Amino acid sequence: MIDNSIILPLIVNLFAAIIQLFFWRKTVAQRIISIAACFIVMLLSAQLVGKVYNGDILIMEAANWKAPFGIVFVADLFSSVLVLFSSLAGLAVSVFSAAGIGRARMLYGYFPIFHFLMMGLIGAFLTGDIFNLYVWFEVIIISSFVLMTLGGRKPQIEGAVKYMAMNILASTFFLTGIAVLYGVTGTLNMADLSLKVAAHENRNLINITAIFFIIGFGIKSAVFPLYFWLPSSYHTPPSAVVAAFGGLLTKVGLYALFRVCTLIFIPDAFMQNLLIWLAIFTILTGSFGAFIKRDIRKMFSYLIVCHIGFILAGLGIFTEVALVGALLYLFHDIMVKTNMFLIAGLIRQLRGTMNMDKLGGLYTDYPKISLLIAIVLFSLVGVPPLSGFWPKIYLFEAGFMSDRYLVVGAIIIGSFITLYVIAKMWIDVFWKAPPAAADGGEGAIVDKFKTFPLSKKALLVSPIVLLAAISLYMGLCTENIALAAKQIAAEMMDTAPYVEAVLKTH
Amino acid sequence: MELLLVILIGLLYAAGMYLLLRRSMVKLLIGLSMLGNGANILIFLLGRITKGKPPVIDEGAKIFADIYADPVPQALILTAIVISFGLQAFAIVLLKRVYVLIDSDDLDDLNTPEDEDI
Repeated sequence: MIDNSIILPLIVNLFAAIIQLFFWRKTVAQRIISIAACFIVMLLSAQLVGKVYNGDILIMEAANWKAPFGIVFVADLFSSVLVLFSSLAGLAVSVFSAAGIGRARMLYGYFPIFHFLMMGLIGAFLTGDIFNLYVWFEVIIISSFVLMTLGGRKPQIEGAVKYMAMNILASTFFLTGIAVLYGVTGTLNMADLSLKVAAHENRNLINITAIFFIIGFGIKSAVFPLYFWLPSSYHTPPSAVVAAFGGLLTKVGLYALFRVCTLIFIPDAFMQNLLIWLAIFTILTGSFGAFIKRDIRKMFSYLIVCHIGFILAGLGIFTEVALVGALLYLFHDIMVKTNMFLIAGLIRQLRGTMNMDKLGGLYTDYPKISLLIAIVLFSLVGVPPLSGFWPKIYLFEAGFMSDRYLVVGAIIIGSFITLYVIAKMWIDVFWKAPPAAADGGEGAIVDKFKTFPLSKKALLVSPIVLLAAISLYMGLCTENIALAAKQIAAEMMDTAPYVEAVLKTH
Repeated sequence: MELLLVILIGLLYAAGMYLLLRRSMVKLLIGLSMLGNGANILIFLLGRITKGKPPVIDEGAKIFADIYADPVPQALILTAIVISFGLQAFAIVLLKRVYVLIDSDDLDDLNTPEDEDI
């Protein structure tokens, strides 16, 4: 069904960015426009999910060019739900940025670039054309380069070099894959590719092409041998920026991997094994990395890598139950990872440092904020009624049903290590007596938060409350989210409705 | 023509990869642009090279009487060139900034030990 309103979330972000450019150096106006635009985008995305929830697949044909020739935008439930979750995360980051980003960064265009980033994300989720996906990825990475280097501190610039080099390399791999795919099939439309790749006789060529895509998306989503850029760059920019990166950028790589692997290259036994081994090593290396880090954001960076492995494991097992688990984890991860980096930013405002050795005593000073953070951390670890628990049930079930015991073992080890590092963090940051009191004066606490006006405090805490509430909802009312995830997984296993909707609507 | 392009693509990819693995930042930059150019020529080659047939079809023609050049690869390459131009411009400025900050061209000098970390 043709419905041109599906790109409204994208258009609103574009116009928000452009309007903000007219308010150059007027930071108050930019903040207001940013929060308002993010709120509108959230409402529009919710409306989009409502439209496709009954199984409709809406498409928009750019300039009215028919499907296999022109660029199409496709909103199925998978895309729409991800658009909704990323606009929720975007709203939270935007509100937090209004108080958590320094004025110097805002003066040099933080908010316009942030909206260009959000536009790129939504475009990547909605597009139905593989080359167009490449273009949206480039929109995302060029915006993220600017966000990462904005401010120009030395560690930031150094991290940005690694981030820049690896991301450009990933794009080149992706482009090479597109070139080979175009040479093999002569089309770029994903629905058309789905039919033509399935009908192609030379399976080795198809598998090699798939490897190009896996490497390209693997670098972007920080999969095992390709993730080293992430922990060495994500701790450098401000926390609000990293919240957007950690919650959304790696997930858009995973989205692309899911889309390509379920629609175009259906994993055969070789690919499934490859993905499962990658997932196992991603989980193990990520969690072992998180063990030794004493800086909160570095530890969280490694936890991102670890949990990417959980989602990849679901794709590797490739049964409907496994996909449900992976999708639930993907949604949960967007919310929780964004929130965790916002919390890291809040802790920095409360204490002036993010090193666990220098932190302590937050629970006695701020019991309410500590309890709020506890909810998020419990969700992350996966304590039973909360959102991190249910996806693992599905993943375990799928792992046992298809006799993939190794991956189940890896998920258990990954979960235990997550529990351990989070418990250690809780003790160090919240329960331990602050070191200043212990060794007499040296390294006194810098509590900027206490001096802030109430409005600024509200701007810092409310996004965390919002995301924690969504996490709680996802945990306590999982059946609603799981219903959507089951429908998406069914659409992934049977792509015929997608192909039909894109190619034969006229 | 095809064979020449194949060899050229191989050279560009190999040289680009080799330069990426070097420690010098300037070589990193040249390597990235070489890989980008290799990918562009790869699209050009795999879009089937047809000599002297413009991608224009007679308005009255109901069927394709003759082969014609595929216009899509040209559009793809144009897009990719513009994008890689922007990325490289950013990369050059970034690396210039790094050179000013750390006064070295060696990528191994990028790891300023951070006081808060072990």
